[in-house]
Amino acid sequence: MYDSEPGFFTRLTLALRTFGRILTENDFASAVLRLERGESRPLAVVELPKPPLRETSPDSALQLLALLQQDGRFVDFLEENVATYSDAEIGGAARVVHEGCHKVIHAYLQLEPVRAEAEGARLTLPAGFDAAAVRLTGNVVGQPPFTGTLMHRGWRVAGITLPKIAEGHDVRVLAPAEVEL
Amino acid sequence: MSAARYAVGIDLGTTHCVMAAIDLRASDGDEVVDSIEPIPQLIAPGLVEERLVLPSFLYLPHPDELRPEDRTLPWGKPLPFVVGELARSMGGRTPIRLAASAKSWLCHPGVDRRAAILPVDAPDEVQRVSPLQASMRYLEHLRASWDHRHPDAPLPEQEVVLTVPASFDPAARELTAEAAATVGLGHLVLLEEPQAALYHWILAARGEWRKQVRVGDIILVIDVGGGTADFSLIAVTEREGALELVRVAVGDHILLGGDNMDLALAHAVRAKLAETGTRLDFWQVQALTHGCRHAKETLLGDTALDTAPVVVPSRGSRLIGGTLRTELTRAEVAHILVEGFFPAVAVSAHPTSRARAALTKIGLPYAQDPAVTRHLAAFLTRQIGATRDLAGFEKHTPDRAGFLHPTAVLFNGGVFKAPSLLHRTLDILNDWLNTEGAPPARLLEGIDLDLAVARGAAYYGHVRCGRGVRIRGGTAKAYYVGVESAMPAVPGMEPPIEALCIAPFGMEEGTQAELPPQEVGLVVGEPVWFRFFSSSVRRTDQVGTVLDQWQPDEIEELEEIAATLPAEDRQPGEVVPVRLHATVTEVGTLRLEAVPRVGAESWKIEFDVREP
Repeated sequence: MYDSEPGFFTRLTLALRTFGRILTENDFASAVLRLERGESRPLAVVELPKPPLRETSPDSALQLLALLQQDGRFVDFLEENVATYSDAEIGGAARVVHEGCHKVIHAYLQLEPVRAEAEGARLTLPAGFDAAAVRLTGNVVGQPPFTGTLMHRGWRVAGITLPKIAEGHDVRVLAPAEVEL
Repeated sequence: MSAARYAVGIDLGTTHCVMAAIDLRASDGDEVVDSIEPIPQLIAPGLVEERLVLPSFLYLPHPDELRPEDRTLPWGKPLPFVVGELARSMGGRTPIRLAASAKSWLCHPGVDRRAAILPVDAPDEVQRVSPLQASMRYLEHLRASWDHRHPDAPLPEQEVVLTVPASFDPAARELTAEAAATVGLGHLVLLEEPQAALYHWILAARGEWRKQVRVGDIILVIDVGGGTADFSLIAVTEREGALELVRVAVGDHILLGGDNMDLALAHAVRAKLAETGTRLDFWQVQALTHGCRHAKETLLGDTALDTAPVVVPSRGSRLIGGTLRTELTRAEVAHILVEGFFPAVAVSAHPTSRARAALTKIGLPYAQDPAVTRHLAAFLTRQIGATRDLAGFEKHTPDRAGFLHPTAVLFNGGVFKAPSLLHRTLDILNDWLNTEGAPPARLLEGIDLDLAVARGAAYYGHVRCGRGVRIRGGTAKAYYVGVESAMPAVPGMEPPIEALCIAPFGMEEGTQAELPPQEVGLVVGEPVWFRFFSSSVRRTDQVGTVLDQWQPDEIEELEEIAATLPAEDRQPGEVVPVRLHATVTEVGTLRLEAVPRVGAESWKIEFDVREP
């Protein structure tokens, strides 16, 4: 869009470009024809259907990743090629990652298992159980109540408190470069 | 005082600060509604989080180091310095800009505590701060944090109790109170940390404490924090049928704490790594100290483990390739910590001291003997007469006894989170008692080792409003000024000095000592210096008592004090006879004044002044 009137040279190049496209592109030619006849119409405002999927804000994801990197060297660990190291070397580094990430996860998230039963226990799911929190696998047939074996207890976050971010803080920097003077 | 909604306890620690509160309106007697006050602080540039503790570190960043928006706190505009967790982590990388252990400096008689000396190793372009200013910064942060969270109940209007080590001298107490007054907390009260720990024990027992102690008990409080070890003795007496607590003795100021222990382990591991040819830089030693602390806690907490890994992560992004891995064994921890810091010694043992090199770099006077048990033995031996004059305790300590026999022990401080160190100390104490045929001391349990001091201080604020038992005791020392004895001068000999008692042992808050009969001369218009002494064992000296000789461990010399008489309507150089008058203020600081024979005016005598 031009805010001001286009100058002579702008108009000249526009004329030359549209000349070629009018000759070669059908749609373009009919659009120019409509414009030339004065049928110019405003852009129709189309009521878009509400999207069934929404975007999540990347801020808190990046913030958590930065905390995992800061205390647990998480990104360093994942970005390293583990193929060239022995298990003992990887194990040493894994302790740093485990200790730090464990601290971060427990400092900011209140983790709890979805099911309190021990894994391997038999349990019965009544009708109307929360399908988001319990996933059925294997011989999934018939009507509830369902009886089965707990293979994984699941994890749920009961609470989350992330540090507050200052206005203007760049969350995309997961770890600043360090330069020692 | 009646307007206060909360009693707030502030533990201004060497390594971290904690703030606790009691809602006075919701509390009554033993029914107390108390909480730890979360402290918002920067934990990384631009990230603010509420934590229960505020690390006592002050970082002085380079102007280009942190953007203003990365220094923003919830309560206002960015400050040119950083306090708390971020200060600690930045200081780990750039130690020349980190002011730490301000509290220990505040009690260091060898330096000017109002002078900008911290960080000691800072280059000239860093705007240094004084130990007093650093303490102010922490208190300022605590106040801002409280006011932000309680806009309807600002901190200066609350019943605030600030804790200090029992061993703090009058100058350090006054500087602490001054730092608080500068940030608007002029009405607070000082409380000794071991007493605060005992108050917390009383609070945590919710009334049951009366069943756990009895008249005749002597409670020993052993408080080993991050940077200092502090001992106190508190006797349980009876008045009008109710139990009463009297603090009868406090120990010396010992700069020895959990940080020394972690550092000792790190040095041992570093030496082990050096044998294999690995040299560590400063950053790695810090990481190693952190790793050792973790390994120590693992080993001391789980008796089934024989080794715990210690990992020093690489500095660069290559984590696996650059990480050093070693381990700490149970035997090493036992040797370094248990034998080094808690050796089984006889009660007659004394802390060793070695002569300091004549040209020492300016630094903190750390305890030369790392053995906590030897310091404890010396304390109990020295305080053998602590209860001799207390009604009901005349027969407590047998004549043959070599030390004062405690009957109960309360441990405080993060060091004792390791049960093995706690029981080790208790066992050694009980061995001493057993040798003298005394029954073993009982362990008083149930306190929160990290947060007890702040919570106990808040409880004391509640108690001060007349709701619960109070620990009495007053000042734990008697104070003396040096006067030259009237003797003919002998060439080549300094005239012998006598100590004139001006403040007796056990002065309570808000009381005044009598005026001593002796007068001293002040020269108008110029500062007059007095040598200043204290004694933690001479309990019976009264104002006016003059000592011409004393045992070396009976009296301790403090820094000189000074009085200056303004010239005003007198002739400069004129000598005015004055008497020295001691008061213990409501805050809990000692105040000395020079009172002339005539006239209503008096002049304050300053602690912590420097000779020009």
